[in-house]
Amino acid sequence: MLPIEHYLFLSLALFIIGVIGVVTRRNVIVVLMSIELILNAVNINLVAFSRLYGDVSGQVFALFIIADAAAEAAVGLGIIIAFFRNRETVLADEMDLLKW
Amino acid sequence: MLDKVLFYFFAGIAVASAVLMVTRRNVVHSAIFLITALLATAGIFLQLRAEFLFIVQIILYVGGIMVLFVFVIMLVNLDVALQQIQFARQKWVALIVALALAGQVGVMFWTSGKMPGQGLPVLTAAAAEHLPPNSEAVAKSLFSTYLLPFEIASVLLLVAMIGAVVMAKKRT
Repeated sequence: MLPIEHYLFLSLALFIIGVIGVVTRRNVIVVLMSIELILNAVNINLVAFSRLYGDVSGQVFALFIIADAAAEAAVGLGIIIAFFRNRETVLADEMDLLKW
Repeated sequence: MLDKVLFYFFAGIAVASAVLMVTRRNVVHSAIFLITALLATAGIFLQLRAEFLFIVQIILYVGGIMVLFVFVIMLVNLDVALQQIQFARQKWVALIVALALAGQVGVMFWTSGKMPGQGLPVLTAAAAEHLPPNSEAVAKSLFSTYLLPFEIASVLLLVAMIGAVVMAKKRT
C-alpha cells in the first residue's frame, strides 16, 4: 500500500471537484451527480484507513454510505420527476415556489 | 511498484473524468464521465484489496444508480435544457469554498509533523498476503458488530423506495 497521503489527496481532489459542481451547476441532475461524487470521495478515505489499520470496519461503513447514496439518488430523482411534471424545468434557480 | 502504477492510473482517470463531469454542458456526457470516475474508484478499491467493495461499487453504483440517472435524464426534456445557461454565476463562491477546503487539509498536513502524538499515523499496513479473505471479514463484521446499523439501512432503503414511488407517480 502506498503512503496514506496519496489516498487523502485523491479523496480531497474528488471532494473539491464535487463541491464545485454542486455550487456552480444549474441543472439539478448534475448537482445530484456531484453529490454522488462527494460520497464516493469519502468512501476512498474510509477504505484507505481501513487498509492502513487492518480493520474492516471502514469498509462496512463504506457499504452503508453506498446504500445511503442509493436511497438519496432514488428520492432525489423522484423529486426531480415530480417537479419536472409541474414546472417543466430542471434548473435549480427556477425552483422558487417557496420563495416570495 | 505495481501498486504505484495502478494507483496513479486509476487516480488520474478518476480526477480527469470528475473534472470533465462538472464542466460538460450535456447532461448525458456528465453521466458517462461520472460512470468512468466511479469505475476508476472501484479500481482504487481493488488496489486497496477491498474486493467486496470493488464488486459492490460496480454492481450498485454503475449498474444501479447510474442507470437510474440515465433513465431520469431521458425522461426530462433534454433539448430545451441544453439551450439554457448551464452554469450559475457562482464562480467566486465555488473558488472560496474550494480554497477553504484545500486550506484546511493543507493546515492539517503542515501541523501533522509538528506535535508528537498528533497528526497522521505512521504505522505501515499489513502485507497483502497476510490479509484475511475480504468478503468473509466484511460479512463477519457486518453481521456481528454492525448488525443493528445493517437492519436500519434496510429500513432506510424501504423508506426511500416508497418515497420514490410516491414522488414519481401521477397525481390522480
